[in-house]
Amino acid sequence: MQVNLPDLLKTVHLPKCDWMGLRYMSEHKRYFTVRDERPENVGSDLSQGLMIEVLVNGQFGYAATQEMTKQGLQDAAEHAFNYAKTASQWALFKSTTAQRPTVQGSYAAPYVKPFDSLSVAEIYDVLREACKVLKASDKIIKTATSTQMILGHSEYVTTYGTHIQQKFNQMMTHMEAIAREGTIVQRRTDNGYVSRMYQSGLEGLNADQMKARAAQIALQALELLQAKDCPTTKTNVVIAPDQMMLQIHESIGHPLELDRILGDERNYAGFSFVRPHDFGKLQYGSKILNVTFDPTYPGESASYNFDDSGNKATKEYLIKDGVLVRALGSLDSQMRSKVPGVANSRACSWNRPPIDRMANINVEPGDKTFEQIIGDVEDGIYMETNRSWSIDDYRNKFQFGCEYAREIKNGKLGAALRNPNYRGTTNQFWNNLVALGNGSTNLVFGAPNCGKGEPNQSIRVGHASPVCSFKDLEVFGGAV
Amino acid sequence: MSLAFCENAEQQFNLVSQALFSALQSNEVATLRISGEKSHFVRFNQGKVRQCGHVGDASVSIKLVRSKRTVDINLPISIIDQNSAEANKAAVLGALADLRVLADAVPEDPFVIFPENLGSSHNEMKGQTLSTELHIDRLIEPLSKLDATGYYAGGPSFRGLANSAGQRHWFSSESFFVDYSLYLPNEKSVKLYYSGNDWDDAKFKKQVDDGARQLKVLEAKPRSVPPGRYRTYLAPAAVSDLVSMFSWHGVSEGSLRRGESSLRALRDKSKTLSSQFGLRENFEKIHVPRFNSYGEVATNQIELISHGKLVNTLISRRTAKEYGIESNGASPYEGIRAPEVLGGKISEKEILKLLGTGLYLSNLHYLNWSDVQGGRVTGMTRYACFWVENGNIVAPIENLRWDESLYHYFGEGLVGITDFQELIPDTSTYGERALGGTLVPGMLVDGFTFTL
Repeated sequence: MQVNLPDLLKTVHLPKCDWMGLRYMSEHKRYFTVRDERPENVGSDLSQGLMIEVLVNGQFGYAATQEMTKQGLQDAAEHAFNYAKTASQWALFKSTTAQRPTVQGSYAAPYVKPFDSLSVAEIYDVLREACKVLKASDKIIKTATSTQMILGHSEYVTTYGTHIQQKFNQMMTHMEAIAREGTIVQRRTDNGYVSRMYQSGLEGLNADQMKARAAQIALQALELLQAKDCPTTKTNVVIAPDQMMLQIHESIGHPLELDRILGDERNYAGFSFVRPHDFGKLQYGSKILNVTFDPTYPGESASYNFDDSGNKATKEYLIKDGVLVRALGSLDSQMRSKVPGVANSRACSWNRPPIDRMANINVEPGDKTFEQIIGDVEDGIYMETNRSWSIDDYRNKFQFGCEYAREIKNGKLGAALRNPNYRGTTNQFWNNLVALGNGSTNLVFGAPNCGKGEPNQSIRVGHASPVCSFKDLEVFGGAV
Repeated sequence: MSLAFCENAEQQFNLVSQALFSALQSNEVATLRISGEKSHFVRFNQGKVRQCGHVGDASVSIKLVRSKRTVDINLPISIIDQNSAEANKAAVLGALADLRVLADAVPEDPFVIFPENLGSSHNEMKGQTLSTELHIDRLIEPLSKLDATGYYAGGPSFRGLANSAGQRHWFSSESFFVDYSLYLPNEKSVKLYYSGNDWDDAKFKKQVDDGARQLKVLEAKPRSVPPGRYRTYLAPAAVSDLVSMFSWHGVSEGSLRRGESSLRALRDKSKTLSSQFGLRENFEKIHVPRFNSYGEVATNQIELISHGKLVNTLISRRTAKEYGIESNGASPYEGIRAPEVLGGKISEKEILKLLGTGLYLSNLHYLNWSDVQGGRVTGMTRYACFWVENGNIVAPIENLRWDESLYHYFGEGLVGITDFQELIPDTSTYGERALGGTLVPGMLVDGFTFTL
């Protein structure tokens, strides 16, 4: 960015306001998609702009602009001022400068290899070679590989002296194969839709590792063509981290968002079964369940040092020994509800205001190896990789589908099962958690498109989880 | 507010497209697209303002074909400042230089699409939206005594396309929507949309008042309905959600060819839908740009499902080239841009009588495929949903999860379709304000499956 943000903010003149904050955000994305060893989408995307926020008479107003000049910012500031002033008589709550702390600091996401350490042709070749491995049989009718490399930058200054700079480099890869025999069609991916999303450099695009995983994806896609359908029954289910991530996201992350609990999201994403008085009391899950908000996890997709309202980010327990202890609530929501929260005021882009979001929401590992977890199950099903997700607006009644499953008989993995699905209700499900994998089973993934907010915002979040074992879960297969 | 903003944008677009196309080399062709808006957003909860602000946003994207290599770039463009023309030209020419480097490093695209001059168009939809920045009271006052939650979004927006073959399209409109719900203390609620091009205080207030009256019927103690199969009336907003699934693993020709579509069985005629069911793309009734990102202009109407049979799929130019078939002006994504489900014979007065005993669903929530190949969809009930006995509303229900195949609810289970349709506006604002909506009737279905 060419402009000096603190100096630019000083040029703004408004009649009377209590506080101003100016946030710059940019993202430069480069993407490559290869389908059936041929180029499908190759290109780049640049987004950058400013958002100014103004506090007048206890009401914030905002305005976003791409015109990063004195005049452009002045025009935007007047919009923000007008909004704050006219809306203050209709304010839902009275805001203060305490919701925008005065801090200075920075963050730089970790990486080893810069994005330009491979040429465009070399990056394309890694994807094409992986595609070639995915095409393990004529029964595989579609192969696709892709990557996105994103350089993100945010800078935030306020009239109270806050100055924060944060740099985020994100690396995503995706692979999939679709296999068909007769009327049976099965899709297998690399841990789900763009789930391999990390704060990383080009070390995230490892040709040998991608080819090894591609071979496994192709093998399992073909295996599913011959597999039995998942039975309809109530049984023990062991869930891999690449499905746990969606389970955590939908049935822990969203219901703990304080703006949902306060009703802000009732018209869109929904409400929550959690109420303010539940914090410190509700037995959310079994006693082995510990869940953290952890923006300090190195390489996880939503790590940062400050949220987009300047709140310092720290690791916090949301659920401790199964009991709900803390909400996913920004300083705005904490002030309104008096419920303890975290630094999660996040905006997806320069043109959207920060709201309460997930960041990295993780299930903390337990003490069992994968073999011990499977060994403890006499009869059950092991499921991997999300392919379908749905939950009600109170985040209670859910249904998930997975790509791949195996029978568990007498403590050993058995034959593959296709079209595995399960459904349940949030509290009952988490209270049926009977075993947690240790660190050796723990994997980190990301969700690239968590949707929420009015106007709508799609943001990246991270989830780490060990392998988890549940009892008494309703499972079923595909359409008859 | 006026369309002057859009006129400025059009001028800037003309200048940068001229600069881009004149800089192309003999082995290059290009398409330039622009998209932007000035939006006012007012978010409210409990009938009070939660967040409010203004967003000005515009970007151009260039698709360069260079020696049969295809590469894309998207970048911001300044359209407010009249002095920004030179900076915009420089940005676009800088992007062109980057694209050339990128193109030279990737292989030839076997399904490369060269821009053609397929005809130009110019379409402006004028309107008078509410300047909420100065007159927020006209939005909030009618809501202020209610537990109202939702948001207003409005202002001018535009889409444009030009290519090096000489084609040019422009679409601009001034539009708004209020997407909101009214809640009771028992947390039962009704969902409402007020949308259009010209704000009318009286119409908005009447809708709010009517909505408040609808809440009365939700005051009764909710009934917990056990899982099972029930005769079910799906109101137009609920049908709109079901129809949206056709744009995700549905009527896309590419999706069908690659085994990703839920309509395989309909295509190979091993299954059929009800002869009452008809789905088409209708640009005459739903106002969105008819041109796609290749510059093709779709015909006013494309029948997709007629009398229960799949008569057309959506075919983009790239899919057409890959499989040696004809394009029909679909977007690269091959989703339905102007969906209309044809009406039937059930009058509004007959709905409850014909439903008899079962469920009346105003809205659905969080749909996803539970089995794409089987055409099976899962989701939840939401908002004003009722248990009905012998044609009378008995009580609102506790929300239910459902899981049912489209081959049932649009097929053998479809009892009838209402003789009226409603336009359910597309209120998505991911990245930019969406345009248009879905024109749908209500439907009566026998044996709809509820699971949890």
